[in-house]
Amino acid sequence: MLGDYFVLALKNLRHRGIRSWLTMLGIFIGIAAVVSLITLGQGLRTAIEGQFGGLSVDTLTVQNKGAGFGPPGSTVIKKLNENDLKIIQEISGVDIVVPRLIRVASLEYNKISGFSFITDIPEGKEERNFVYDNLGLETEIGTLLNREDNKKIILGNNFLDTDDFDKEFVIGKNVKINGIEFEIIGILKPSSTFQLNGVIFMANGDLEDLLKIKGEYDLFIVKILEKDRIKEIGETIEDKLRRDRKEKIGEESFTVETPLQTLDSVNIILNIINLVVIGIASISLFVGGVGIANTMYTSVIERTKEIGIMKAVGARNSEIVKLFLIESGLLGLVGGIVGALIGIGGAFGVSILANQALGGNLFEVIISYPLIIAAIGFSFMVGIISGVLPALRASKLNVVEALRD
Amino acid sequence: MAEIIKLKDIYKHYRMGDHVVKAVDGINIDIEVGSFVAIMGPSGSGKSTSMNLVGSLDLASEGEIYLGGENIELFDESDLAQLRGKKIGFIFQQFNLIPNLTAKENIMLPMLFQNTDKEERGDRAEELLKLVELGDRGDHYPNQLSGGQQQRVAIARALANDPEVILADEPTGNLDTKTGGKMMDFLTKLNREGKTIIIVTHDADLAKNYAERIYRMVDGKIFSYEKKIKGKWKVQRQ
Repeated sequence: MLGDYFVLALKNLRHRGIRSWLTMLGIFIGIAAVVSLITLGQGLRTAIEGQFGGLSVDTLTVQNKGAGFGPPGSTVIKKLNENDLKIIQEISGVDIVVPRLIRVASLEYNKISGFSFITDIPEGKEERNFVYDNLGLETEIGTLLNREDNKKIILGNNFLDTDDFDKEFVIGKNVKINGIEFEIIGILKPSSTFQLNGVIFMANGDLEDLLKIKGEYDLFIVKILEKDRIKEIGETIEDKLRRDRKEKIGEESFTVETPLQTLDSVNIILNIINLVVIGIASISLFVGGVGIANTMYTSVIERTKEIGIMKAVGARNSEIVKLFLIESGLLGLVGGIVGALIGIGGAFGVSILANQALGGNLFEVIISYPLIIAAIGFSFMVGIISGVLPALRASKLNVVEALRD
Repeated sequence: MAEIIKLKDIYKHYRMGDHVVKAVDGINIDIEVGSFVAIMGPSGSGKSTSMNLVGSLDLASEGEIYLGGENIELFDESDLAQLRGKKIGFIFQQFNLIPNLTAKENIMLPMLFQNTDKEERGDRAEELLKLVELGDRGDHYPNQLSGGQQQRVAIARALANDPEVILADEPTGNLDTKTGGKMMDFLTKLNREGKTIIIVTHDADLAKNYAERIYRMVDGKIFSYEKKIKGKWKVQRQ
C-alpha cells in the first residue's frame, strides 16, 4: 500500500517539475556543503595522521619562536646555539639531539638562477640515519649522502619535473649554490610531506661553510629513549631552557613541540572548520526545510479540490497525511541524494585541483558511507518534518468546501 | 422495502455574518434499495446541500442521517470516509477526475482507500474500463479525453468499490444531448442490475424520463414527493 502512495507522490512531484527542483535547492546546497567539506576534511586528516603516524611518538622538536612565517626556525631573530644543545643533551632520557639548519639559498643551473630551500644532513652516522628515517628519505635515482660526500647534494623530487631551468637535473651534473659548485648525486622519491619535495640536501659541514656560520641552529630534533616519558622530558627541556634564559612561564622565546601536539592543533583546526561547515549547512538545511514547507502549503491550496475528491471517494485523514508526508519526504530524500552526489563530485574536484597545485596527494578523497547515509537520512527527516503542518492542514479540509473549490 | 439512505427531520443552517442561511429546513428523504430517485429543484433550492447530506459528505445541523442503517453522526470523519467510499459511488457534474492520474489510476483510487490489493485493483479497473467502452484508454490522462469519455471514467470510478448507491450530480450537465442520453441509459441499466441510483438535477424532463421517484425542493424544503406507479406520476406527499 505504501508503495502506491509513493507512486502517487512521485507523480505529483513530477507534475510540478521545475518547482520541485527549485524547492530542493536549499537541501542540495546544505547537503553538498556538508558532504564535500567533511569528506575533504577527513581526507586531509587521514593524510596528516598518516604523515605523523610514520613519525614516531619518541621525537620532540625544539625551536626559537619565529618572527613571521617561513620554514621552521628560519625567521627567528635569536638562533639556537651550542649552549642550548648541551643543555638538552645532558637531560636524562634524551637519546640523541640532532641540530638542523633550514635556509633559503640561491642556485644556478644551466645558467638560469633561482631560489630553493636548503637543509643539512648531519655528519655523525647515527644522526644521519636518524634524519633519513625520520623524514623517510629514499632516492629515486642515485644515492643518499654519505660521510665523505663533500660538495655533493641530493635534490627533492620536484626537481625531476621542473621546467624552470630549461634542462633536466641529472646525476653527476653541477649546480651552483650561493656561487659554489655542488655535484648532484641523488634525486629523492616523492615525499608525502610535500615541502620536502622542493628542498636541496647537503652535508652539514658544507652548509655551514656555505653560510659562513658555526654553532648556530634552526631547530633541534630530540629523540628520547622511552616514548612514555615524552611529555615529562618535554617539560624538563622547557624548564631547563627557561631557567638558562631567565624567562617567565608563558613568555618563553622558544617552543618545544611533540608530533602529537602538532597533530592536536591540526585536529582542532579541522574540527573548527567542521563546526563552521555544519553551521552553514544547518542554516541552508533550515532554509531548505522552510522551502519545502512553503511548497507543500502551496500544493495543499492548489490541490484542495483533489483532496476533496480523495476524501469523497473514501480517503481517511491519515491517508491524506501519508500522501503529503511522502511527498515532502521525497523532496528531502531526492534533495539529499543529489546534494550528496554534488558534494562528492565537489570534493573530488577540489582534491584534484589542490593536489595539482601542491604536488603529491595530500587531499585524498575518502568517501565515508556512514556520513553520506546520515546526510541523506537527515535531509529526508527535514523533508518529513517540513511536511507535517501542510499535511495536517490538507487532512483537515472539509470535504464539501474542498469540492466546491 | 428497506432504506439504504434515510434523512430524518434534517436541518442544515449556515451562519453568514449576522444572518442564518437555512439551506435545508426540515426535510425527510428515504432512498429505498434498488430505487431510481431524483432530487430536483432550481439553484438555491437546497438540492446541492441535500446531495451532500444524502452522500454523507456533510453532517446535518439537526436531525439524523442513516447510511446502510447506521447513524453517520456516530462515525468519526475517517471512518465515515471509509463507509462512504464503500457504499456510495459519486459522479460529479465536473467529472472531478484527478488530472495527474491516468484513467485507470483514477478508477483504482477508491479501491486504494479500501485497501484492496494492487492486482485486484488493476484487474477491476480494466474490467470497468471495458464496461464503459474505454478499454484502450486506460493510460490516457483526463486532459487527453473528451467530456463524454471523462464522464465514463467517472462512472467507472464510481463503480470501483461496487457500491450499493450511485449518486450523480447533474449527470448530463456537461454533456451534449446525445452523450447525455447515453449516460442516462447507462444509469438505467445499472439500476436494473440492482444499484440504487440518485440523481440531483434542475432538469424536470430528465427527472421525469428516468427516475421513479422525485423529491422536488424549493427554499430548503421538500415541495413535493412524486412516485411513478404503472407509468403514471402520483404525488405522494406535499
